[in-house]
Amino acid sequence: MNQHVMPKLNRRAFVIGTATAGLALGLDLPFGGPSVVRAADGAPEVNTPEVNAWVVIRPDDTVVIRIARSEMGQGTLTGLAQLVAEELECDWSKVTTEYPTPGQSVARKRAWGDFSTGGSRGIRTSQDYVRKGGATARVMLIQAAANEWKVPPAECKVSNGVITHTPSGRTTTYGKVAEAAAKLEPPADVKLKDPKDWTIAGKGLKRLDTVDKTTGKMIYGIDVKLPGMLNAAIKDCPVFGGKVKSFDEAKIAGMKGVKKVVPVGDSAVAVVADTWWHAKTALDALPIVWDEGDNAKVSSETIAKWLAEGLDNAQPAYVGNQNGDAKAAIAGAAKKVEAVYSYPYQNHATMEPMNATVLYTPDKCEVWCGTQNGEAAFAAALEASGLPADKVDVHKLMLGGGFGRRGMTDYVRQAVAIAKQMPGTPIKLLWSREEDMQHGKYHPITQCKLTGAFDADNNLVALHYRLSGQSILFSVRPEALQNGMDPAAFQGVAQSGEAAIGYSVPNLLVEHAMRNPHVPPGFWRGVNVNHNAIYMECFIDELAQAAGQDPLEFRRKLMGKHPKHLAVLNAVAEKIGWGTPAPQGVYRGIAQVMGYGSYVAGAAEISVTDGSKIKVHRIVASTDPGYVVNPAQVERQIAGSFVYGLSALFYGGCTVKDGRIEQTNFDTYNSMRINEMPKVESVMVPSGGFWGGVGEPTIGVAAPAVLNAYFAATGKRIRSFPLRNQNISFA
Amino acid sequence: MANLKINGKTITVDVEDDTPLLWAIRENVGLTGTKYGCGIAQCGACTVHIDGVAMRSCGVTVSEAAGKEITTIEGLEVNGVMHKVQLAWIANDVPQCGYCQSGMIMAVAALLKENPKPNDSDINDAITNICRCGTFQQVREAIHAAANA
Repeated sequence: MNQHVMPKLNRRAFVIGTATAGLALGLDLPFGGPSVVRAADGAPEVNTPEVNAWVVIRPDDTVVIRIARSEMGQGTLTGLAQLVAEELECDWSKVTTEYPTPGQSVARKRAWGDFSTGGSRGIRTSQDYVRKGGATARVMLIQAAANEWKVPPAECKVSNGVITHTPSGRTTTYGKVAEAAAKLEPPADVKLKDPKDWTIAGKGLKRLDTVDKTTGKMIYGIDVKLPGMLNAAIKDCPVFGGKVKSFDEAKIAGMKGVKKVVPVGDSAVAVVADTWWHAKTALDALPIVWDEGDNAKVSSETIAKWLAEGLDNAQPAYVGNQNGDAKAAIAGAAKKVEAVYSYPYQNHATMEPMNATVLYTPDKCEVWCGTQNGEAAFAAALEASGLPADKVDVHKLMLGGGFGRRGMTDYVRQAVAIAKQMPGTPIKLLWSREEDMQHGKYHPITQCKLTGAFDADNNLVALHYRLSGQSILFSVRPEALQNGMDPAAFQGVAQSGEAAIGYSVPNLLVEHAMRNPHVPPGFWRGVNVNHNAIYMECFIDELAQAAGQDPLEFRRKLMGKHPKHLAVLNAVAEKIGWGTPAPQGVYRGIAQVMGYGSYVAGAAEISVTDGSKIKVHRIVASTDPGYVVNPAQVERQIAGSFVYGLSALFYGGCTVKDGRIEQTNFDTYNSMRINEMPKVESVMVPSGGFWGGVGEPTIGVAAPAVLNAYFAATGKRIRSFPLRNQNISFA
Repeated sequence: MANLKINGKTITVDVEDDTPLLWAIRENVGLTGTKYGCGIAQCGACTVHIDGVAMRSCGVTVSEAAGKEITTIEGLEVNGVMHKVQLAWIANDVPQCGYCQSGMIMAVAALLKENPKPNDSDINDAITNICRCGTFQQVREAIHAAANA
């Protein structure tokens, strides 16, 4: 078991207070400079030059692999290390990892590329350059050994970090030649292995970060301690867009531990105290008057009404996918089927609430936090501190969940804004769960009207898919809009690309009427694939029913030109035994979608008691992500995506009243527990030739597979969520 | 001011009597393996043992916990040897983000003390912690593995 996990370097650098020792270590960078690495706990301090940006090898043969993407549970840290180690040909048992900081990356002309860890892109969009990083280092290490032996490098081979000169049988190790290798010019080009020859990548190796996650030693953002640190609790205006009118700090002046009450921007107030509990207690007692503004008039009802207007064909809409003339074909069809679906706001509800720790002085601003995007956090700290790039840095820590939420930087900005008002004092800002629930970046709210039309022979001749609702990009990345329209709205139903529709319909119209309520949206695991897959896959089931055909056979007929979509659908159908009798009282549903470059399908077996109590007995999920780097972690991501997706389906849904989110904690925004967890069986069918994502795609099929099974069991279609609003629950 | 017996040591913490045990453990004692998740005893991330029983430490005050035997995740090892639940967790590669796992492990350790060979139904009844990553399948496997260790 490899115990040298990434955050040890960080942890050592942080102040770790314990009951017994009360030990306070100094504060330092994870590594002192671009070419100096600090040893892990217990090892002697050594300065080892890096072989290249990705690889540092210590004299004891320890291999430090640098990872730019963020680990939030999805296993990317281990997967990326596997890819580097595969090309490096090092000893996997000696691999440890560390994060470079965004500041170091900026200083080195983005030596580590993109830090952003969202859109299931951790591996798929960095696999090429991290593998090259490993391969380049290997070539340099072999060259260094060959130089020492004065032999041609072609006569040398390497295995497990041991270099052998084949003719003479001489051997050396990476640790012995790393320093010499670091001085060599990197090769201009390297050849990467064919994935079929992988021995480290492609295997279900154990994660590198498990031990500290079972002993309580893993340091998350919430656990950071710095000398002299104070703690801050914050309240932002509960109505999005509102402002602070006034607060009466005299009322809490004498409360224990309180150091300062500070405004944060124009919409929030923070109390800074010796402990967070004192800060929170005082904040709860602080009278704050809000200027809630016009948004206070908005409710779920007004939003629903506004979105419903967008379903009307007379309203302008943005066409995302079109062939033939769907409206004309529907008008002249022998049979028409129409349904309206809707999907609510959802909160990410990461187990670790938002937090960031900042030490600001006029010369330096340092941030410690869990973030899915180190560079975005860095940019936020730059802007909020007003300092230049060489005086700012962000130290990434383990994330207690991300799911898209920690790609946003609101909490970083707030923490810098507070610390700036107390220069020289480290401040840890931690949100209460209530703050986290009410100040999310929510899964966007949408409605969808679907109309299908058949000819006299029950062939589907037209499909009109009319979305109305919120654009994430409009709020989060307006520069990515195209003429004010949001192409990402069509994730899963797009004409082509990484989230393309899997059906051919002679007359198709997919369009989006943008409606942006004031509730801030964000990228929520699966993003727009979630609702698009529910709308499309549940409605395809409705069409199959209308045509009197089996849901699988009906789909197959539309998928002739989409062999990869079809392959995963067939894989789940076979595994779940579609077409064979289910156990007594058990019913099946099926769904497929493409997202994040991967083709996925899911099938569910459920039973229903009293029409409203659902027991999910079994889930089968299939994915074709092109290549599988760690099948054990892919399996866990698939199972986890069903928990996240079904929690949202059954228990989720954030509602708006008086301009604010009504749900405040897990008592009103519940999440599945182990007793509700179905058995999830994964079928991986990587077909090669492309790289798809893993963390998100399968969430798309979670809800529709169960909903279609619910129809099979009860004959009832559910078109509005969460299910708790329909008095449907887990059995 | 309260005397807390944590992981076999008595520690005096200078806090108000109604301070949740969770925050005394994290901020005053300095043991951060016990996590804050909800503050209303819903999620279980803050689970510790009090006199051997799994309790959600956000819902227990220091005055209620004073004098009782408190065990946190850091105290689960005995003489440097990990608890069999921790070993099973490592063998089954259970954690994803890991944030809920301290509480999950403490809940499971208490269950196995009470019921050394729980069946799936026992597990369903006893383990009610939230895991947003969705590690439940591995949690269940690891519980059975620990029970059979």
